[in-house]
Amino acid sequence: MLNNIASNTPFFGAFLTAVIFLIALKLQKKFRLAILNPLLVSCTVIIVFLIAAGIDPDIFIYGRLTADGKYDGTGAALFQVMLTPTTVCLAIPLYEKLSYLKKYPLAILGGIASGAVVSMGSVFAISRIFSLSREQYVTLLPKSITTAIGMGVSEEFGGIVPVTVAVIVLTGIVGNIIASGVVRLFRIKHPVAVGVACGTAAHAIGTSRAREFGEIEEAMSGLSIAVCGIITVILMPLFTAIPI
Amino acid sequence: MKYLSQITLILAVSFLGELLGHLLPLPIPGSIYGLTIMFILLLTGVIKLSQVKKTGDLLLSLMPIMFVAPGVGLIEKFDACAEFIVPILITATLSTFVVMAVSGCVTDALIKFQSKKEQADNAK
Repeated sequence: MLNNIASNTPFFGAFLTAVIFLIALKLQKKFRLAILNPLLVSCTVIIVFLIAAGIDPDIFIYGRLTADGKYDGTGAALFQVMLTPTTVCLAIPLYEKLSYLKKYPLAILGGIASGAVVSMGSVFAISRIFSLSREQYVTLLPKSITTAIGMGVSEEFGGIVPVTVAVIVLTGIVGNIIASGVVRLFRIKHPVAVGVACGTAAHAIGTSRAREFGEIEEAMSGLSIAVCGIITVILMPLFTAIPI
Repeated sequence: MKYLSQITLILAVSFLGELLGHLLPLPIPGSIYGLTIMFILLLTGVIKLSQVKKTGDLLLSLMPIMFVAPGVGLIEKFDACAEFIVPILITATLSTFVVMAVSGCVTDALIKFQSKKEQADNAK
């Protein structure tokens, strides 16, 4: 029944996304618990609901299936298509906080580069410990960079692209959840450092969390997505040359 | 009208970025070219902050909700991941934790170092 309604009504997925996210935001505001992360809560609630109601996830994500066998785009992906223009808009906070970039270029670059190296190094260590194949190792290597760069890198070096996407999204969600805890635990004080940490470890999903810390954090996190992605691309030939 | 001109500018830069991403043989996505182009246009004053600010803020405030679709889409990737799910989960959790801590602490320490050095220089 529910699947029938969802499959035949435009905006089911987009509406469900918006309303569940809104409720998740209210929940977080009320209880102030890190685990009640709006993104985690929304995704979990929606996944459970889709399974319980027997609704095809593709209908939720891509929208109603039209007569010619195409999705009408009114699912949750309605929001996702705005991701490129939104990434472009990350230039706005960066421009507004330009003085920080001018003041601390080495600290910012050093922080991002160390994060990128640690990310790839840790994947190497994990791959060794679990004796992963070379294909699996390459799949995990771009895990902390933005999906679009990560997919390209994974494909070029012979990784399993859908798994790379899954790892990147999962990394982002984890980063979004643990950000406030990590900042407190390691006493990361400067807003520039908090921003670099969010963007380097958890790309755009971390940046959406950095925005909640403040404008400087958001600006630096946005910058870190681009720089960390580019550093990772440069380091890929080096890390894939190591025999696994 | 105000919003139409703002969204037109943002879409123009997005399109230009995607076009570059398509034309250049580098593994860099259009959105990153777009970010760079927008940044340069703001720096050079070709685009003024007030010409994109309102719509930009709206888009950035909606950013988290854009990740619900890929997040829910994870259930469809489970089969592809099943073969090495444990290392995948460790990578996404432990490694992310370490990367966040290291990049944050290194930046923080370098800023402190620079501030101290500047203080010492000023004292001279």
